[in-house]
Amino acid sequence: MSDGVIRAAHDVLIVGGGGAGLRAAIAIAEVDPRLDVAVVSKVYPMRSHTVSAEGGAAGVIAADDSLDEHCYDTVSGSDWLGDQDAVEAFVREAPEELLRLEHWGCPWSRRPDGRVAVRAFGGMKKKRTWFAADKTGFHMLHTLFQTSLKHGEVTRYDEEFVTRLLVDDGRVHGVVAIGLLTGRIQALTAKAVVLGTGGCGKVFPFTTNANINTGDGMALAYRAGAPLKDMEFVQYHPTGLPFTGILITEAARAEGGWLINKDGYRYLQDYDLGRPTPTPELRSMELGPRDRLSQAFVHEVEKGRTVDSPYGPIVHLDLRHLGAKLIDTKLPFVRELCLKYERIDPVHELIPVRPVVHYMMGGVSTDIDGATPLAGLYAAGETACVSINGANRLGSNSLPECLVFGARAGRAAAEYASAAGRTPAVVEAQAGDEVRRLEQDLLGRGPGGESIAALRDQMQAAMEEAAGIFRTGPTMAKGADTLAELQERVGNVGLADTSRSFNTELLAALELANMLDISECILQSGLQREESRGAHQRTDFPARDDERFLTHLLVHRESDGTARVDRSPVTITRWPPGERVYGR
Amino acid sequence: MADSIRLRVSRYRPDTDPEPHWQEYDVPLRKEWTVLDGLNHVKNEVDTTLSFRWSCRMGICGSCGMNVDGEPRLTCATFLSDHAPGPVTVEPLANFPVVRDLVVDLSDFMAKLPRVKPWIIHPDDHRTVEPDVEYLQTPEQLDAYKQFSMCINCMLCYAACPVYGLDPEFIGPAAIALAERYDLDSRDRGERERLDVLVEHDGVYGCTFVGECTRVCPKHVDPAAAIQRYKLKAAMETVKAFLLPRGAR
Ligand SMILES: Cc1cc2nc3c(=O)[nH]c(=O)nc-3n(C[C@H](O)[C@H](O)[C@H](O)COP(=O)(O)OP(=O)(O)OC[C@H]3O[C@@H](n4cnc5c(N)ncnc54)[C@H](O)[C@@H]3O)c2cc1C
Ligand code: SF4
Ligand code: FES
Repeated sequence: MSDGVIRAAHDVLIVGGGGAGLRAAIAIAEVDPRLDVAVVSKVYPMRSHTVSAEGGAAGVIAADDSLDEHCYDTVSGSDWLGDQDAVEAFVREAPEELLRLEHWGCPWSRRPDGRVAVRAFGGMKKKRTWFAADKTGFHMLHTLFQTSLKHGEVTRYDEEFVTRLLVDDGRVHGVVAIGLLTGRIQALTAKAVVLGTGGCGKVFPFTTNANINTGDGMALAYRAGAPLKDMEFVQYHPTGLPFTGILITEAARAEGGWLINKDGYRYLQDYDLGRPTPTPELRSMELGPRDRLSQAFVHEVEKGRTVDSPYGPIVHLDLRHLGAKLIDTKLPFVRELCLKYERIDPVHELIPVRPVVHYMMGGVSTDIDGATPLAGLYAAGETACVSINGANRLGSNSLPECLVFGARAGRAAAEYASAAGRTPAVVEAQAGDEVRRLEQDLLGRGPGGESIAALRDQMQAAMEEAAGIFRTGPTMAKGADTLAELQERVGNVGLADTSRSFNTELLAALELANMLDISECILQSGLQREESRGAHQRTDFPARDDERFLTHLLVHRESDGTARVDRSPVTITRWPPGERVYGR
Repeated sequence: MADSIRLRVSRYRPDTDPEPHWQEYDVPLRKEWTVLDGLNHVKNEVDTTLSFRWSCRMGICGSCGMNVDGEPRLTCATFLSDHAPGPVTVEPLANFPVVRDLVVDLSDFMAKLPRVKPWIIHPDDHRTVEPDVEYLQTPEQLDAYKQFSMCINCMLCYAACPVYGLDPEFIGPAAIALAERYDLDSRDRGERERLDVLVEHDGVYGCTFVGECTRVCPKHVDPAAAIQRYKLKAAMETVKAFLLPRGAR
């Protein structure tokens, strides 16, 4: 069997070994150890991008905090586009999940009395962000990965790249994957598939995201017939290092860092974000939400109050007044990154920063249990859109989102798989088609033709131009035209590398095709949303318009490959739409 | 500063090459460019068939380890300008089988990792209901194991380890550091089980205290110290084994 088209059959197959994928795998192993679970990941699980999360994970634990306040901060942060039933479930389960990670050994930072410590974070009214110094994602991911090793029954396919979902009669039955080391292309069948494939920051030129964040899962789902939700909402983080895009965590501001312009002025006070105070005030100034801070930066550029650098305009993040001791205990990674990558020491020097693409609020549309409209397909983590993040995610909500909805999706997939029938025979033929496409059409292609790197650069430039911090209808339409042209050309990319083993050129070609589809969805959704909300700011429609747009937008792929956008309602439970107020 | 620098890169494609050979590329020498930026320049502009691993480019995912001028390094954290005027040799990590170009086979390490039981072992581990409060752990207790928890599995220490080079059975620096990380965690009770593993398989005895692992570690994990501690523990156990019947341990 293993030498045929179908390599193995499982009950549940999880695509992705990051926070969401591993949490799902452990959840299934715990609920029903008899189920046969496998995790496929294009990198070794501990290399997944969750590893780079720095600042922390939100969950109500402090005595002065409440679930309602975390809900309210998340809902208002989302500019009322988050689904409130999902937000309530998320807020309720986040502390349990973070505690579970504590029991599994996560080295959370502690108070002197041994309790877990919490820190302030942007847009949060109370201190509720758990942290492991400023390597929170690293510690969470390694804790999850190491704990997953305890469950020896979970099969792993490390460094295997999923190229396609197998679907018959409206149900998902598995995937086709390329084993990178061997170059072997085969199908893995499963009764249910969970996507935990992470974000898609790489569709933009300047991003905090790792090289692997190419949105593969979104593209896989989209092509298989599952819609993508709220794709127009792309988060810019206000503080990235100028050349690399490396993130300087929001925790740096939560610990008291200031954003200053070229005159040394804390410019956020000019943008309805409160008054400057020497020590940080919650939901105010530097601790405002990311969308508003990134927008303020653009206004500073327009006023000529930013500093020019070889990589465009920048402002400064000032940590000097915090002192070496605090920086070394609470922000050691920030210091390490600045010293290593900018060759400056934040204890004595200003850190140059500018807004950088960071997070995708949109993704594969799911319900509160991670189920997509396509039977047998589940999604969780950044690749999914439940939605708790709406039009703007609050920092430190997404790591716990991976845990809460990873576990939920895992349990739901387990339940579905227990009841699902046999894999139909047509799946094998479908898999055979995909293997042929990859082996004959792509691998056999040879050099010449379009350059992958050049097309990727053009796509990224088009997306920055069209879907930046501020957008307009005409710029998005122009971007969509460029994408259409690139879609044509991507069919002719050359592949000089015909080798089987570790063919990263083949991967780059497949990732580029994925990113082009996602880019198209971002712009098509963005064009339809004729209002400004959260991270989607249109200068031609500058106001929020609840009459017309208090709704999710879903992008479906039509059989001719074009995108169709329709709507689905936002769930409001207890917090009717209101004004987003920060700093007052 | 010259405006370009030569990379001398080890190439190997198993389907066509009988053995690895060198290929040279000139890449721009810019102040903020790392060796990884140089390799990506080659991949994107010069020779798309070059293969290597990378992801985070911020020194945390552990993917991009290679031997640079003979030393195991994270290429995303190694500046070209520090190797000027060049040429800079870039090779796959030493001591591992080469899969292709700069990519090595890590399956040996991945198989060893679970052997040291890198998870919290606790008598009430199989409880179905988890307690709804955290286990208390003071900052001092956290500090006791913190350093050993910083390992990014980049494998630089294995590439530098002369013992692993000679005896692939040796479980190796990072795995031992990880065992020690859990042993020192105030929430864990698994020391005994891990010691059994490390004593049994060519665990700790292979090491001759060269200390290369600690020297090359980009995250200051100090695996040599972990190995040292394990040797002591193992020695103590051997002494105790003469004095006490096994059941009483
Ligand atoms: C620099 C940075 C800092 C951050 N800091 C914070 C923070 O402090 N707090 C917070 O809450 N959030 C933070 N975030 C956001 C958060 O880290 C991510 O949203 C989250 O970790 C995503 O986890 P995930 O499990 O969804 O995906 P990932 O961790 O990205 O994992 C995706 C997985 O899918 C696999 N995969 C993808 N495509 C394929 C394919 N085609 N075939 C096979 N496998 C595939 C990958 O191998 C990987 O294992 C940060 C993000 C960045 C970029
Ligand atoms: S101990 Fe250090 S060198 Fe060895 S794998 Fe871990 S981080 Fe890398
Ligand atoms: S690319 Fe992640 S450590 Fe270098």
